[in-house]
Amino acid sequence: MNRLSWFNAVSLTLGFAFLYIPMVILIIFSFNESKLVTVWAGFSTKWYGELVQNEAFLDAAWVTLRVAVFSSTLATILGTAAAYVLVRGGRFFGRTLFSGMIYAPLVMPEVITGLSLLLLFIGIGLDRGILTIVLAHTTFSMCFVSVVVSSRLVTFDQSLEEAALDLGCSPAQAFRLVTLPIIAPAVISGWLLAFTLSLDDLVIASFTSGPSATTLPIKIFSAVRLGVSPEINALSTLMIAVVTVGVITASLVTKRAMMRQRQEEMAAARTE
Amino acid sequence: MNSTVFAPWDDPQAKPLIQFRNVSKRFGAFTAIDNLSLDIYEREFFALLGPSGCGKTTMMRMLAGFETPTEGHILLSGQDIDPIPPNKRAVNMMFQSYALFPHLSIWENIAFGLRRDRMPKAELEARVEEMLRLTRLEQFARRKPHQISGGQRQRVALARSLAKAPKLLLLDEPLGALDKKLRQDTQFELMDIQEKTGTTFVIVTHDQEEAMTVASRVAVMDQGKLMQVATPDRIYETPNSVYVADFIGDVNIIEGRATAQGDESYRIDWAEGQPPLTASSPTSLSNGQGCHLAIRPEKVTISAERPAEAINAIQGKVHDIAYLGNLSTYHVELANGTIIKAQTANTRRISRRSFTWEDPVWLSWTATAAVLLEN
Repeated sequence: MNRLSWFNAVSLTLGFAFLYIPMVILIIFSFNESKLVTVWAGFSTKWYGELVQNEAFLDAAWVTLRVAVFSSTLATILGTAAAYVLVRGGRFFGRTLFSGMIYAPLVMPEVITGLSLLLLFIGIGLDRGILTIVLAHTTFSMCFVSVVVSSRLVTFDQSLEEAALDLGCSPAQAFRLVTLPIIAPAVISGWLLAFTLSLDDLVIASFTSGPSATTLPIKIFSAVRLGVSPEINALSTLMIAVVTVGVITASLVTKRAMMRQRQEEMAAARTE
Repeated sequence: MNSTVFAPWDDPQAKPLIQFRNVSKRFGAFTAIDNLSLDIYEREFFALLGPSGCGKTTMMRMLAGFETPTEGHILLSGQDIDPIPPNKRAVNMMFQSYALFPHLSIWENIAFGLRRDRMPKAELEARVEEMLRLTRLEQFARRKPHQISGGQRQRVALARSLAKAPKLLLLDEPLGALDKKLRQDTQFELMDIQEKTGTTFVIVTHDQEEAMTVASRVAVMDQGKLMQVATPDRIYETPNSVYVADFIGDVNIIEGRATAQGDESYRIDWAEGQPPLTASSPTSLSNGQGCHLAIRPEKVTISAERPAEAINAIQGKVHDIAYLGNLSTYHVELANGTIIKAQTANTRRISRRSFTWEDPVWLSWTATAAVLLEN
């Protein structure tokens, strides 16, 4: 391993500091004894204790979790299906348009996505609540899933599917018995990505949520407007933890699958 | 040896297992298969041989059902199989990449096709064990595909495609990924297994040696057409075109003009200042017709003096010697610059070699050694 040069070490430190100092400060102050957010008065976990008793926050957390699970599951199914059609469908009428439209939400400003969904829900008379947030989150996270899954499908040896057909599988069986088990790591990391995106989202949720259902980011945002409390710090720390775990798991799943694949290839190369 | 030679293609009563009837396959403007008709018989080991892009893989994929003919029909046991999807055909394929399922063990890979047929458990287990024994893989049954060697993987692919006892087994460059020594062993293993199971094999290969070794008949293809379909010895000894002669093995091609001189015998004038050559041919050529003479290097004799009763003899000097161990190929340059190759078996030690670079030599061959081909 090369030793870091002086220049690289400084750039690295500055980069990480820029990214993470705000979060580190937030985490530190979540363990602050004092009610004043900016004055350190000793270590305490009491704000976590108070948080657990705050019904409004707990409700919002429960709503957020349910929305994340449902929307990421839905997004994974739709995103995988879309990726499969794009990679395997060959040339069909409107293919370019379809692939462009799948990836458009990636670059679409969230405000516009949120606003247009709001107009749609009002237009069809759907009451805003958990259902509308789930639909909205599915809409924008399925394109992320389809990016992850289609990049795996591109490297997938198509003769495996042909072999399955040749041995008597219907196309649906071939997908369930051969394709899906092999691309499972990509599908799982797509799901985790969608899950984290849904946990994070404030903009789209604020357009599509109603009085009956508020997500945690909305709750925090509105609470902060009345002044930052250490309780919010504690809650934010927990959210950071959940998101971090999600992202790390997603990357570990992908990395492990890639490492295993490489090992298998190396083992194959050795024995030949 | 068997008293009766296996040659159903010579028997007008024999019913072919597979019939290609005027099959064409086009991909957009590209014609992969061009109005091709072919019969393949039961228990045959049939090789499709040709350079890449000649359409041999397309033929195979049409038999497996992954492609459908643009025109014409393919019949299996007299039944038109064009509308039948791959999973409903009594045809199995061994893929070039083997396409083993990486998430399943060897045992499960072999059982995969049988499970799709909902075969009863006891019967299924017996069949898988039988396949493992046939391909000598018993001790690897529990391993995953990435835990075995390339040669073993090749055998798993074979076992898996044979497990369903198909009427027809397709092999797409089955030995392409193996090194030369293993490939030769496996060729004989394949022939052995084909004989034991009595399955009809159709193999696609670009390796002419492989096709000649394993196949009962070879089809040489070029640009979507069949150039010649015959037994390996006929393909080699009596090629019907310059293309086939040139594609299979090493050959000297001499271009000239034929003049009849008696029964099936022709005089070929081929170069200024060179004596005319004599060749016999069952095909009749008109006087002065352009033709090619194809002579295999091993049928050309090299000597220091002009052999007394040689029908064809020409003089030249040794230009180059390719020493292959068991054989030596002499490249002899004639006075007009033409290079003719002559091959001799090295029955004596190399230090005793009679000719060396720049030596004047005589090349000779008999009237029947060369094949006379029309332009």
